[in-house]
Amino acid sequence: MAILTLTIDGEQLSANDDETLLEIARQHDIAIPTLCHLEGLSDVGSCRLCLVEIEGSQKLFPACTTRAQEGMVVRTKTERLQRNRRMIIELLASEGNHQCAVCVVNNHCELQNLAYEVGLTHTRYPYLYPKKRLDASHPDFIIDRNRCVLCTRCVRVCHEVEGAHVWDIAQRGIHCEIISDMDQPWGTSPSCTSCGKCVLVCPTGALIAKGENVAEMEKKTDFLKYIVTARVKREWINTDGEE
Amino acid sequence: MTTEDLHELAEKETDRQRQLRDRILYCAAAGCVSCGSHATRDAIKKALKERNLEKEVEVLGTGCMGLCGEGPLVKISSDGSVYERVDEETGRRIVEEHLCEGRKVGAHLIDTSQPFFSSQQKIVLEHCGKINAESIDEYIAAGGYGALARVVTEMQPQDVIEEIRKSGLRGRGGAGYPTGLKWGIVRKAKSEQKYAVCNADEGDPGAFMDRSVLEGDPHRILEGMAIAGYAVGANQGYIYIRAEYPLAIERLKLAIKQAERLGLLGNRIFESDFNFRIDLRIGAGAFVCGEETALLRSIQGRRGRPRPRPPYPSEVGLWGMPTLINNVETYANVAPIINRGSAWFAGIGTPKSTGTKVFALAGAIRNTGLIEVPMGIPLRNIIFDIGGGTPEGTEFKAAQTGGPSGGCIPAEHLDLPVDYESLATVGSIMGSGGLIVMDSTSNMVEVAKYFMDFCMDESCGKCIPCRVGTVHIYGLLDTISRGKGTTDDLALLEELCVMVKETSLCGLGQSASNPVLSTLKFFRHEYTDLLSKPESFVPSVSPDPASAGPADGPAANDGHDSTTHA
Ligand SMILES: Cc1cc2nc3c(=O)[nH]c(=O)nc-3n(C[C@H](O)[C@H](O)[C@H](O)COP(=O)(O)O)c2cc1C
Ligand code: SF4
Ligand code: SF4
Ligand code: FES
Repeated sequence: MAILTLTIDGEQLSANDDETLLEIARQHDIAIPTLCHLEGLSDVGSCRLCLVEIEGSQKLFPACTTRAQEGMVVRTKTERLQRNRRMIIELLASEGNHQCAVCVVNNHCELQNLAYEVGLTHTRYPYLYPKKRLDASHPDFIIDRNRCVLCTRCVRVCHEVEGAHVWDIAQRGIHCEIISDMDQPWGTSPSCTSCGKCVLVCPTGALIAKGENVAEMEKKTDFLKYIVTARVKREWINTDGEE
Repeated sequence: MTTEDLHELAEKETDRQRQLRDRILYCAAAGCVSCGSHATRDAIKKALKERNLEKEVEVLGTGCMGLCGEGPLVKISSDGSVYERVDEETGRRIVEEHLCEGRKVGAHLIDTSQPFFSSQQKIVLEHCGKINAESIDEYIAAGGYGALARVVTEMQPQDVIEEIRKSGLRGRGGAGYPTGLKWGIVRKAKSEQKYAVCNADEGDPGAFMDRSVLEGDPHRILEGMAIAGYAVGANQGYIYIRAEYPLAIERLKLAIKQAERLGLLGNRIFESDFNFRIDLRIGAGAFVCGEETALLRSIQGRRGRPRPRPPYPSEVGLWGMPTLINNVETYANVAPIINRGSAWFAGIGTPKSTGTKVFALAGAIRNTGLIEVPMGIPLRNIIFDIGGGTPEGTEFKAAQTGGPSGGCIPAEHLDLPVDYESLATVGSIMGSGGLIVMDSTSNMVEVAKYFMDFCMDESCGKCIPCRVGTVHIYGLLDTISRGKGTTDDLALLEELCVMVKETSLCGLGQSASNPVLSTLKFFRHEYTDLLSKPESFVPSVSPDPASAGPADGPAANDGHDSTTHA
């Protein structure tokens, strides 16, 4: 591991060469909006919100999967980037059936927060009003695909952390949807351990716990980094030989 | 198998062919098969049998002969005559009149001195239409596997890579990445296990170059892959081919079996330490599975979705191992470069785009089919000399290259040399080799809509700009093409096209806007002509509530404007 220096938004910073631009920016309180990224899960670079400019290239780079290099000059808030981010959220808003006023995570929703952050007040594209399925067959949880933004956090947390791989994606393009096991009711899934991790990491009201009222539910994602760190460091093994 | 054994096999086959009185070649590629070349073959065989000629005259199926629009095609080996539209009756007459009486069947004879034939230069397709696609002996007699023998017994891997690098060969899958450079990266990657993959997914609508090579000369690909395997240090190859190509799959399976039987694939090739196996992986025909990272996932049995690069497959590929991935046509160029030298290859084409390129000519053009031309040839020569121009009474309007990722080139750029850089300057790409000609009857908004429909359908759905953006671009194009669009819609369309291009994860989304942007660049009036015109609005004639009011206000936006429920 080597130490290198780079510039983000005019600030000279030092970083390790195995760190991503997003990690470095967050360590220095430089805000970059993200949706698919979640600390503790692998990165897939799919939401495209974290795209940044790197001097010397016309292309845009996802901060969550781009590693720092010596001398890089990175810009995270140019006019072009902000416009693209606003349009991404605009596209998401038009894609699903996001009825915030009657959602249990209203006011605690990452999609809503992103919309405020990028200054989105309305969408210029027609709403697609897709027909999406809601599944309340699980005793504790509900999946409402109308509110799903296909970030695949649930897929990854279930596969990578819980090891159950209940969730996956079916179909392609605009018809993509999250399915449980072989596209069967969640409640009949033999692989689901009812751990609830997917519900906690879901950025929107797509995965929710039963019994919550409108605007009542707050998601917690912090637990993830503790689990993952503990696993990497094998903290459950007593190195000093004591019980 | 040693080099001597290979030469012996070649001689034996050449002798066999020499002893025949003649050979009748019929095109057994998918195009001619679909218009009845098997029935033609049977009729020819029957006619030969009736005259007791079946032992002296061999009838054999070859790869694509090029002029697909005039099939079934039949060629007489001894004098090179080619016949078009050979139905069963014509087949019988060819045997009777041409073979027995020495009189050519005039009505079906093709003039092989016409530019369609004389302006082409065949390297990739040199065997197509000449050898039996199902015989390894014929491939060997034509010099096949000689390059592999030389590479394995006489050359160091580094020298092979150097030779490919010096030839200037660039990837024919679309992006034109220098092949020698890619091989060098895989060679340098440290790993016990490496792979060589052939991308035969060919999902562009209207493209059939790779299919034709695989159907007509499958051993060429196996030989190219084995040479690549030796050069980069891979011992396992995969050919990823779409299930829609059953004939190519069948021929590849047969070719692999034949090569294995002769020890040209497998262990200790040419009695060296080099082992190389090739397996087929059949794709389900998703366009996005042609994208290299999605393709590799699909080979692993996972969902075909692209992932961000870097890391590139050359470093992290199949099952995490360094993996070389090249296109069919790229591999087809390898053996000729080894045989004839990099200097020969670099002398063809232009300094930056060397060699030849195979194109599938389609659309409003007289000679549709498969052609191979030196890089840098002016577009005009391809369309008017080789293609014979547009049909009677119509005028050339544009040529589309690069399929759903490419652009339209208008008449004013007809003298553009066809190479990677020049095509990029007019907003198109070389692509894999689809070339669709459009005449004055084509509507460019419809063309853009057609390709956007394709991209929207084929989007894997992983990233937001491509998954949702293509749907709205399509919707805007549809609104405009129905005469319901406003200047706002056009502005929205352009903004969205740029955004999808800039922000999408993989090449599919990044290039999906190209057909729209290039038709907007060269045929903008076709869009603006369709916009609803508020200034010519006469209130007394059945007022349309949607177009009332100024076109620049949100209210005129066909009800599209709405606030979020947030
Ligand atoms: C959406 C998409 C589809 C593609 N389809 C193909 C294809 O069908 N065949 C192909 O050879 N390359 C295709 N490519 C390009 C490959 O990703 C890759 O660049 C190529 O196989 C590399 O081989 P080359 O260097 O020999 O060209 C596609 C790329 C994208 C983004
Ligand atoms: S259900 Fe939630 S976590 Fe899963 S993909 Fe949809 S939005 Fe993301
Ligand atoms: S650009 Fe389109 S095809 Fe490529 S990853 Fe994104 S959604 Fe999938
Ligand atoms: S957070 Fe980087 S692409 Fe989604």
